[in-house]
Amino acid sequence: MNLGLETILVFLVLANIVVLASSRLTACIRAVAAQGIALGIFPLLAHDAALTARVLLLAAGSMVLKGIVFPMLLSRAARDAEVRREMEPFVGYTLSIVFGAAALAVALWIGSRLPLPRATWSPLVVPVALFTLFVGLFIIVSRKKALSQVLGYLVLENGIYAFGVALALEEPLLVELGVLLDVFVAVFVMGIAIFHISREFDHIDTDRMTTLRDWTRRRRAPGTALSGKGEAAGEGGK
Amino acid sequence: MSPTCLLPPVIALVFSPLLLGVINRTKARFAGRAGAPLHQPYHDLLKLLRKGAVYSRTTTWLFRAGPVVGLGAMLAASALVPFGGLGAPLAFEGDLLVLAGLLALARFVTVNAALDTGSSFEGMGASREVQFSALAEPALFLGLASMARETGAVSLGAIFASLSAHPWAESGLAPLLAAVALAIVFLAENARIPVDDPNTHLELTMIHEVMVLDHSGPDFALIQYGAALKLWLLGSLVVGMLLPVGPGSAPAGVALAGGGMIALAVLTGVVESVMARLRLLRVPQLLVGAGALSSLALVLAFV
Repeated sequence: MNLGLETILVFLVLANIVVLASSRLTACIRAVAAQGIALGIFPLLAHDAALTARVLLLAAGSMVLKGIVFPMLLSRAARDAEVRREMEPFVGYTLSIVFGAAALAVALWIGSRLPLPRATWSPLVVPVALFTLFVGLFIIVSRKKALSQVLGYLVLENGIYAFGVALALEEPLLVELGVLLDVFVAVFVMGIAIFHISREFDHIDTDRMTTLRDWTRRRRAPGTALSGKGEAAGEGGK
Repeated sequence: MSPTCLLPPVIALVFSPLLLGVINRTKARFAGRAGAPLHQPYHDLLKLLRKGAVYSRTTTWLFRAGPVVGLGAMLAASALVPFGGLGAPLAFEGDLLVLAGLLALARFVTVNAALDTGSSFEGMGASREVQFSALAEPALFLGLASMARETGAVSLGAIFASLSAHPWAESGLAPLLAAVALAIVFLAENARIPVDDPNTHLELTMIHEVMVLDHSGPDFALIQYGAALKLWLLGSLVVGMLLPVGPGSAPAGVALAGGGMIALAVLTGVVESVMARLRLLRVPQLLVGAGALSSLALVLAFV
């Protein structure tokens, strides 16, 4: 087996564990960025036969986006929203690591049973891609801060990308670029949304956003004297 | 059985306090002090052995049995661990389980002795020790299991011999991950810094040291010597995995492994100098992380 590729796969798994275990958003952002860069190197090593301009372009594009642009956007969002760490996730960090170990086992089991259209070059790729998917989903559902959930979304996307590289090397360039663009726009929009949410509500805890509805009802209930206040809030929301 | 197989326990018995000296010297150098001589731990042990022991009236035979049985378990364990290509005097299939069992026995009697004193502080230390080792043991077991799977052998000597036959690049990443996990276990089990601070004497934060507060004189010497042996044995597991030496390369192999042990001690000293102790709440996370590394190593060994 190719040792370089195996190293990258293990690195992906370790980055996932860091994301699961760390409460510091900076550390998580760095881990996801490192994961993105490692995934960028991935197709270069997998295509050991022909390094076409297309492969190089894709690798460079995904490395620049996931390794440099996303971390910058997210760090800026974290700085603007003044969050440094996820305070109270729904699932604690130790339990998250335990979940990671279990998810790795499940991913291996599924990976060994999944019928694949063609043989992959390493028995580890599919399990690692599935594991990354699981971790991404888990981060999205188990963390409270909107920023952590964006990170979970990125991890999820990394898993899909790894899966794609493992199976569909001949995917059209347009599709891959389209996916990258989608992710870019999503992170861009989410970064801005997080900034606005935190400016409006002084926090980005998604579980507390259910009170939003109550807030509007309360605002309407008295009816008469509060119209000025309502307008001010409406302006702030833009 | 060749007479050279008696060497690993003898080396462990003679040189284990030296590791403590090296760690302390490294820490002193980092702090800008000259530091105690390297053989200071030997003098400390001799000094303690010459003193008398004081026993509290509330303690029973459990308290007196603690240090003796603990050191006995460590002596037995030292007969199981090969060193630098020399086979251990006791080598059989599954000896890694016996090794883990002996470590657990030593811990059990220490905890018992601590609880026997009836001191609330010692009970706290005992509770922490048991909690953390319950998390460290899976990491140790899974790491050893991954090595057994990787090499197809279930004896420490055979595992190390087989590891040295396959150089690093061929056997892949499983040994590296398992070695990292074992290194974390090494630090945790020996009450070293990311988990416990061996220098502190504030009962609220201590783990291992707090359990042995009531032991004095020769008993304390036995405990210290047992701890030094434990440091040596777990350290030689880590070094054996990172620098595997094949059987038959006796003088050079022993020198290489000895150098590895010194390097490990220096590294431990560096870790202790540059890192702060983790908060108690974070320690389980570190140990579970080590367990995750071990299970990843096991997965890699299976694929």
